[in-house]
Amino acid sequence: MAGFRWKTGTVAAAIALLPTACVVLFLFVGGTGWAALVSLTSSKMLANWNFVGFQQYATLFSNPRWLTSLANMVIFGLTYIGSTLVVGFLLAIFLDQRVKGESVFRTIFLYSYATSFIVVGLVWRWIFNPGMGIQDVVRDLGFASFTFDWIVNQRMAIFTIVIAAIWHGAGLVMVIALAGIRGVDAEIWKALKVDGVPAWRAYLHVILPTVRGSILTAAVLMMIGVVRLYDLVVAMTNGGPGSATEVPAKFIVDNLFERQNIGLATAASTSLLVMLLAVIVPWLLLGNARRRSRA
Amino acid sequence: MSAGAIVPEGPRPRHFGWARLGIYAFLIVAALFFLFPLYVMVLTSLKPMAEIRMGGLLAWPSDPTVEPWIKAWTSACTGLRCEGLRVGFWNSVIITIPSAVLAILLGMINGYALSFWRVPWANWMFAILMFGTFIPYQVLFYPLVRIASTLGLFGNLGGIVFVQVVFALPVMTLLFRNYYASLPEELFKAARVDGAGFWRTWFSIMLPLSGPMLVVACILKVTNTWNDYILGLIFAGRDNLPMTVQLNNMVNSTLGEREYNMEMAATLLTALVPLVIYFVSGRWFVRGIAAGAVKG
Repeated sequence: MAGFRWKTGTVAAAIALLPTACVVLFLFVGGTGWAALVSLTSSKMLANWNFVGFQQYATLFSNPRWLTSLANMVIFGLTYIGSTLVVGFLLAIFLDQRVKGESVFRTIFLYSYATSFIVVGLVWRWIFNPGMGIQDVVRDLGFASFTFDWIVNQRMAIFTIVIAAIWHGAGLVMVIALAGIRGVDAEIWKALKVDGVPAWRAYLHVILPTVRGSILTAAVLMMIGVVRLYDLVVAMTNGGPGSATEVPAKFIVDNLFERQNIGLATAASTSLLVMLLAVIVPWLLLGNARRRSRA
Repeated sequence: MSAGAIVPEGPRPRHFGWARLGIYAFLIVAALFFLFPLYVMVLTSLKPMAEIRMGGLLAWPSDPTVEPWIKAWTSACTGLRCEGLRVGFWNSVIITIPSAVLAILLGMINGYALSFWRVPWANWMFAILMFGTFIPYQVLFYPLVRIASTLGLFGNLGGIVFVQVVFALPVMTLLFRNYYASLPEELFKAARVDGAGFWRTWFSIMLPLSGPMLVVACILKVTNTWNDYILGLIFAGRDNLPMTVQLNNMVNSTLGEREYNMEMAATLLTALVPLVIYFVSGRWFVRGIAAGAVKG
């Protein structure tokens, strides 16, 4: 009797999981495969099954806008992830010094993370506005020749997006880092104090390696964000000036919905997925292997 | 004062070295950086255009007005329609509520089934589901548009809710799976011995214990859905565009002179819901993003 009920229970559990199983199978697996297949066809406005091999990829990687987008993604990704990690960890370390009003500081450092990228983009665009933003403020202070026109400057525009993104994301790294630092064994702290190790060396050589896991998590999260980067660019520069802030996600959406070039868009999205996995998978495996060898 | 007695003067010397001063200086400068955009937004939204044109981004408004806020809410134009941001606000509300309810419900049931029941293929499903978090949205746009339109879920309210639920499934499932896994298994076994089935056990044992995770999941999902732009733009259809999309259209398609004060008021209005959630929920919000962050 009991055995029978266990079985009906398991059947009910399987039925309950069915909707998600369908999404996983048909959308996540099926959809990714479907997109990859379409990228091998000559589909333009409408999808067709006329296979042309890797022709779309050849077209894609000779498309200057795609190459610019990729380059921008790499520049953005490296500067954004690097600076956000540094800023976030510094904030966490300074907050860890038994400061008064810690929770007030924490609230201030994280609130930007709660806002939409569209909001973030529009505020910073206003701040960077050469006519009425920071440039104007500094000029009013008497520095008449002060120039800060990054947002309309072909070479520097991408970094205005980096600054806005750091403002948005540093709080998240701070939270993750602070949790990691607070999780460090009290004995380690005591031992460091007894040995007279200066605080900065303790953080750099002892604490930082022990919170490697949190760094990895934060970096992977940000990497996914970098690949998805779209809203912030649309709100701040819409890809301009020229194509100075074009990014792959925007290339894909534009080709899919505006230029109606399905084959090229799916080739771009498939390449993007392959590139992301090529970076993340070895990294995660490495992280896991290290964790295991430590344990 | 009696002569001869040595009275200590001035403040008592404190242990407040240069290091402490440096720590606070760093934190305060950082806090100013984080608060700066909020300050600029609020100030700009309260100035009349004449004052903005004179410059002085940081200057206190000499003639503060709430006119831009009223205009942003009731009469600002998006394309040809001039009914203000309230249209997008209500669209966002209507999108967010069913998306959050459905995503959380599915996440709860998935988490429960995965933690306590032995469905043979469940672990495979969970592994692929977690892998799904790495797939960039853009990869799935084309197949999703096709599948959604076949199901009649493209360009309407059902469409955006469907997509919102699909993309939230991995995180919601993970949240509840980890939460239920931390509950003592004896509870579950006791219910089983009493003869309760799958749904009964969930409803009478697990659901009453889910309170804390429900709050966390709710905060996470509502904030994410409210802040979404691209899914709303593609899947919601013209009549259901969420607030973020309307805001961006409003600001980026303006012809003629741009009304920066109204734009900043509109931006603040769009940020208001998640900010209120953030400031009210405090630690719960942090718990949500921390729980969502622990993926590896």
